[in-house]
Amino acid sequence: MERIDPMKYLPGMEVLENSDIEEQVVRAMEEYDYNRYTADEVKRALAADYPTPEDFGALLSPAAEPFLEAMARRARAETRKHFGNSVLLFTPLYISNYCENHCVYCGFNRANKIRRAKLSEDGIRAEMEAIARTGMEEVLILTGESRTMSGVEYIGRACEIARTYFKNVGIEVYPMNTDEYAYLHQRGADYVTVFQETYDRGGYERLHLAGHKRVFPYRLNAQERALRGGMRGVAFAALLGLCDFRKDAFAVGTHARAIQRRYPHAEISFSCPRLRPIINDDKINPKDVHERQLLQVMCAYRIFMPFAGLTISTRERALFRDNVIGMCATKISAGVSTGIGSHTEEENTGTGDSQFEISDGRSLEEVIAAIKSRGLQPVLNDYVYL
Amino acid sequence: MTDALVIAGHEFSSRFILGSGKFDLDLIRAAVEHAKAEIVTLALRRVNSFSGNILEHIPEGVTLLPNTSGARNAEEALKIARLAREAGCGGLIKIEVIRDSKYLLPDNYQTAKACEMLAKDGFIPLPYMYPDLYAARDMANAGAAAIMPLAAPIGSNQGLAAKQFIRILIEEIDLPIIVDAGIGKPSQACEAMEMGAAAVMANTAIATAGNIVEMAQAFRHAIIAGRTAYLAGMGRVLDRGSASSPLTGFIQD
Repeated sequence: MERIDPMKYLPGMEVLENSDIEEQVVRAMEEYDYNRYTADEVKRALAADYPTPEDFGALLSPAAEPFLEAMARRARAETRKHFGNSVLLFTPLYISNYCENHCVYCGFNRANKIRRAKLSEDGIRAEMEAIARTGMEEVLILTGESRTMSGVEYIGRACEIARTYFKNVGIEVYPMNTDEYAYLHQRGADYVTVFQETYDRGGYERLHLAGHKRVFPYRLNAQERALRGGMRGVAFAALLGLCDFRKDAFAVGTHARAIQRRYPHAEISFSCPRLRPIINDDKINPKDVHERQLLQVMCAYRIFMPFAGLTISTRERALFRDNVIGMCATKISAGVSTGIGSHTEEENTGTGDSQFEISDGRSLEEVIAAIKSRGLQPVLNDYVYL
Repeated sequence: MTDALVIAGHEFSSRFILGSGKFDLDLIRAAVEHAKAEIVTLALRRVNSFSGNILEHIPEGVTLLPNTSGARNAEEALKIARLAREAGCGGLIKIEVIRDSKYLLPDNYQTAKACEMLAKDGFIPLPYMYPDLYAARDMANAGAAAIMPLAAPIGSNQGLAAKQFIRILIEEIDLPIIVDAGIGKPSQACEAMEMGAAAVMANTAIATAGNIVEMAQAFRHAIIAGRTAYLAGMGRVLDRGSASSPLTGFIQD
């Protein structure tokens, strides 16, 4: 099969004028050499009032590993200062798992034989109603990446329906053009999450064999297009464990910082997903990102950008999640089910398979109890749609 | 009532305004009671959120001051203010217009515009602002009932970093100057009151304290001490020591 050039935009993909973000991020990542940091540099970074990108590099380095406890303390103090004791809650809702891409590590990849499904409008309504009934006020709408099976209008309709059940609507769908983001913003979405997966161009090319997603720069510039389209906030992530996780984490922070400097009003947040086993391949797992390293990355994000949100994934086990909220994470999902149509037990028509295995299936009620038991305050909404 | 804080005809005996965003709802009541606060601010975007309604946690007799946080320009501030009015919050409203997600510094230009729009719409605006004399004048002229300059970046607990500029506002603006944001310790609140601030607002300093209730109490006392000192008239503070024998003592008539 002929592979497309991952650095070349396909017809219809918007090329951003006046943007050097991609260049900044890729250059910074290429120059980042985490092996050159010393314990002294880590200590200096930990003591800095306003950590620089250089300090961020030190905090992500192997030299910082023995300082994890000190990092956790600094992170907790920053989280407390900027967010008090509040922890935001949300539920992700998968409305379609059709995908045109071939990403070797993903359960939705088009070559993987799974049950595919897409919710109808009624199905979306039923799922949202079931989630809203638990008391949830924020929803994150997700799709597999297929413009034919889950078009922009379909996603827009889902946003409109979501607005009738929830106060806050985010989307995690395929990257799109500025005018399409503006359209979805108008329909009620205000937050856009795009995982770059990896910022390593070579690695990206090896892992994303086919589909629109193979085009590296179009994905990298999604957050900037979303903000130009009027979205309030954007989230950044690398899928840790795909390539060199330290370099990827450094790129994530550099990307978020560059966007924040150019769009100072934007609300910035991070996600910290690690690779998980998928259907038909349970051997997929991060080789070098253990919980210790994951926590190091999360604390480094927090210390580098203390004002940014940080979401902890259901990929992680409950005890890990409970311990990072209030320390570095500010947002946690609850009542999660990553299959299609899996929130409505009675009908269960058209159920499609999950993208990955989750490790924490606790309900909203259970997560709220866990938050409270740590002396933290569960917050279901901190947002007003304008 | 002696020495009342008067904001647009509303009288308050306490000069401590408590923020509510960073700690548990059930602690708010205790903090308010120990702080003897009569005004509690809250973000409209937090009202009705959560399993409990924040309004139920505010003791009776306490004035709820909604703020427009989330607004990025004057128009959005007006929209939020109207939502607050629909929620039954009354006419007093703290204007917050922020277009910087890193330091959360207020945008004075948009805030002055918001003062004008809200005043025209029947609100009593209390603008949170960066201590700039011209902006404060514009806000006063636009109908603000008090000016709320920040002492330092919000949540920073850095204290009176903007002291000299707040002093200028206190001298030049004929409205209550309420020092808002950045106050980290009771001593800093006391200092703000000593120099003539009308009131102090705090949230993070209390929310991040080891014991919220005790810290609320400490702030209360500090603010009273500072206010009393201000009213008593501060003793002279001289740059250099002064000779105790007058130089002109030889003059006889």
